[in-house]
Amino acid sequence: MTAAPDHRPNFASVSLAERLDGALPVLLVPVLVVFGFFAIGVPSSWLTLTVSGLAMGMMIFIMASGLTLVFGLMDVINFGHGAFISVGAFVGVSVLIALGEWTGAASLLLNMSAVFLAVVAAMTVTGALGWGFERIIVKPVYGAHLKQILVTVGGLIVIEQLIHVIWGPDEIFFNRPETLKGAVTFAGAAMEKYRLLAVAVGLALFIAMRMVLRRTKIGLIVRAGVENGPMVEALGYRLRLVFVGVFIAGSALAGLGGVMWGLYQEVITAGMGEKMMVLVFIVAIIGGLGSVEGAFIGALLVGLMQNYVAFLEPKLALVSNIALMTAILMWRPQGMLPVVKAK
Amino acid sequence: MSDPILSLQAVHTDIAQYHILQGVDLEVPRGQVTMLLGRNGVGKTTTLKTIMGQWTAKSGKILYDGQDITRLPVSARARGGIGFVPEDMGIFSDLTVEENMLLGCTSGPLDSARKEWLLGAFPALGTFWNSEAGNLSGGQKQMLSIARAMAEDRQLYLIDEPTKGLAPAIVSTMAQALRELKGQGASILLVEQNFSVARALGDSAAVMDDGRVIWTGPMAELAENKDLQERLMGLSMEAH
Amino acid sequence: MIVKLLSGDKPRSAVLTAVLLVILICLAGAPFIFDGVRPLDTAARICIFILLVASYDLLLGYGGIVSFAHTMFFGLGAYGVALASTHMGRGFDALLAGSLAGALAAVVLALLIGLFSLRVRAIFFAMITLAVASAVAVLVSQFSGITGGEDGLTYKIPRVLTSANRMGEFLGTRITGKTLNYYLVFFASLILFLLLLRIVNSPFGRVLQAIRENDFRAEAIGYRVVWYRTAATCLSAAAAALAGSLFAIWLRYVGPDTTLSFEIMLDILLMVVIGGMGTMYGAVIGAALFILAQTYLQNLMGSASEATAGLPLIPDLLNPNRWLMWLGILFILSVYFFPSGIVGRLRQRRAS
Repeated sequence: MTAAPDHRPNFASVSLAERLDGALPVLLVPVLVVFGFFAIGVPSSWLTLTVSGLAMGMMIFIMASGLTLVFGLMDVINFGHGAFISVGAFVGVSVLIALGEWTGAASLLLNMSAVFLAVVAAMTVTGALGWGFERIIVKPVYGAHLKQILVTVGGLIVIEQLIHVIWGPDEIFFNRPETLKGAVTFAGAAMEKYRLLAVAVGLALFIAMRMVLRRTKIGLIVRAGVENGPMVEALGYRLRLVFVGVFIAGSALAGLGGVMWGLYQEVITAGMGEKMMVLVFIVAIIGGLGSVEGAFIGALLVGLMQNYVAFLEPKLALVSNIALMTAILMWRPQGMLPVVKAK
Repeated sequence: MSDPILSLQAVHTDIAQYHILQGVDLEVPRGQVTMLLGRNGVGKTTTLKTIMGQWTAKSGKILYDGQDITRLPVSARARGGIGFVPEDMGIFSDLTVEENMLLGCTSGPLDSARKEWLLGAFPALGTFWNSEAGNLSGGQKQMLSIARAMAEDRQLYLIDEPTKGLAPAIVSTMAQALRELKGQGASILLVEQNFSVARALGDSAAVMDDGRVIWTGPMAELAENKDLQERLMGLSMEAH
Repeated sequence: MIVKLLSGDKPRSAVLTAVLLVILICLAGAPFIFDGVRPLDTAARICIFILLVASYDLLLGYGGIVSFAHTMFFGLGAYGVALASTHMGRGFDALLAGSLAGALAAVVLALLIGLFSLRVRAIFFAMITLAVASAVAVLVSQFSGITGGEDGLTYKIPRVLTSANRMGEFLGTRITGKTLNYYLVFFASLILFLLLLRIVNSPFGRVLQAIRENDFRAEAIGYRVVWYRTAATCLSAAAAALAGSLFAIWLRYVGPDTTLSFEIMLDILLMVVIGGMGTMYGAVIGAALFILAQTYLQNLMGSASEATAGLPLIPDLLNPNRWLMWLGILFILSVYFFPSGIVGRLRQRRAS
């Protein structure tokens, strides 16, 4: 933008070009889906894979959303985020196992109540853990990236080990609640019920998050803080409080993601969060660090890519995501929807 | 002058290893426009940022409304009634003009009478009310930044070079708005490079050099005394 | 002469000098000083990890760049030797070809990752290396036809370097090919360590430190920050790969757990932080201390755990498998309170 004094911006042309530019990443998702259709060739398999790709993407998004916002707000990259995923899964699954009678019954109401309680427990614990983590691990090293990375990795190790201490060294296998087992058939394609539920939950959460960010004052402060934190403070808002709030919410969401991922895999390990972090980082990077919308699109791309490639050439599934990241970074070095940082 | 709204006493500020403010003494009288003048790089912007708290004073005292705010966090100073228009305007370009204005109100929504007054003073903001602020021109961004600071009643405004790079027509709009603001009883500390604007707006002036305030007095005295101007600020101000 | 070998970078602390000398003497005379297989194996691991950690220090301590791909480079060197020895048959040519190929692959990969991520933001590097390293680890375990998968590869190295090669006695110790193998590891590590010391004390190393302190200013002065950082990444990757090759020669086995796992990456991080970032000598102290502790302290924890078996929770916390947790806590504390590590502490004491 020029600083020419009586420059009248031509809104129509500027925003048209910009809007098109902004829409391109969104278009990548349908493009990938169509591409997958032709690469796979069998419509029913394609549909099954698309649903599971979207389900996986939604779950990764839930895990990644907090991480990316925390980075956007305070320039904090939390390598310990994965620990919340694992803790969430263990707490949630413990509740599910304890409520074995509810999950074993063929009643949708009882099943859903059990899942709901598991989710609430997981999010409460990971939210509280996030609060403590922020105070003890992250706060002393604000502004120092190198220390931040090291210390949060240290936090990850300790929490993971504590999971071993509390829940024992072995992985835990369990069964999904009765009514979430099995699949529905549509157009000859089998779609697991649980994956459909995961898609619905992810989508609802994304819409809710967008509403909060767009329509509420706190959302406004968060968005402004991502762009220019010092100015938000100069207007009278305590950004630190907002940040702690976002950190807690992000940790709780990671916990939710952990429960959902655990239900998806029907097995949980202390190292699951650490493994998921690879995908979470890829998603946050290709989306543009700090951008929730970018993380959403990125997560869908990663989920779809992983499932399509796993079908076509199983050994290359994870590598395909690295390739996706490389391609996107070549196109946009700051990610698909880069966050404008005022300097 | 008795009971100034703001007074700085021997304020020192370091930025990294550089000693920028070297004992600033400054008073901003209530209900007046005080011009902070001086060549580039003498510490005017740093003075404003130190008052706002974006830089922390290493030593010295900042009294605002009789209260020591030297160690208060930035947001507490803002909530205490200090409005800040930084040199880079601090516009949230991803947000709409309306959202930017809403952020100017820390307590509740934008008052409708106030909104009307601000849109009257800066009509361009009304035109682009629902557009992203990043698409505004430089002058419009400057107006938005000032209007945002005014969105709520504040006692003291710190404004850093609002007329930089603006066309004369926009400068006079802005000057008019600042006059109205003063008319409502607000006090203003204004950094200004454009001497004619400074002369037209200022009640009193403080001239800085090398991290200190070297002269304070009524604006009129400075405006009329060419020798003083030359001695204090060199010829650079005349060029404007 | 010695100062010149150290590139003028003296330990600058009497205690540190003494400790370094003790470590050097113990490592140099390990086959003669200690009895049995295990101490020699521990000494060889210490040599290799000193090199590995020092190469990481070049990146982290001098370049200010966090990488999670260091075990990947380590593994590339190890698998280079393993694959060459498997396919070319036992022989020194295979060891050499494997080491060079591994180092070359490491440099190329480091160059690609560096150009990609360092161009944008240094913080990308940490995340991208984590992603790439885990992808490589998965690839290695999946393509078991080539790499042996989770089981890894066992192969033969030249007979001269194995215990089957008996060469008589010296100072009351039986000299075998294993002794020779140890000295190959020892001298290769020593020479490469001194080379790294030279690099960090060269003009290149100084620019790197200037960039670490303030990359904007370094860029403004006219240094190509990305270039320097990428070069440091490549050098560090090459040294790590060579350390991996030595490891493969010593163990005659490679597997994902011993060369590629995230646990080893964490070990490296701990060693460099506890020893002292940006000092090179910290790598020596950190690696020696860590590996000794790993080898001997875990036993101690085991007996402590058994001794407290009646109490709740405590035996679980003291379980040798929870070793990593205590390290993690130690790690966090050292980043907070001793960011310059043991070496920094020792030097400070002298300065005050």
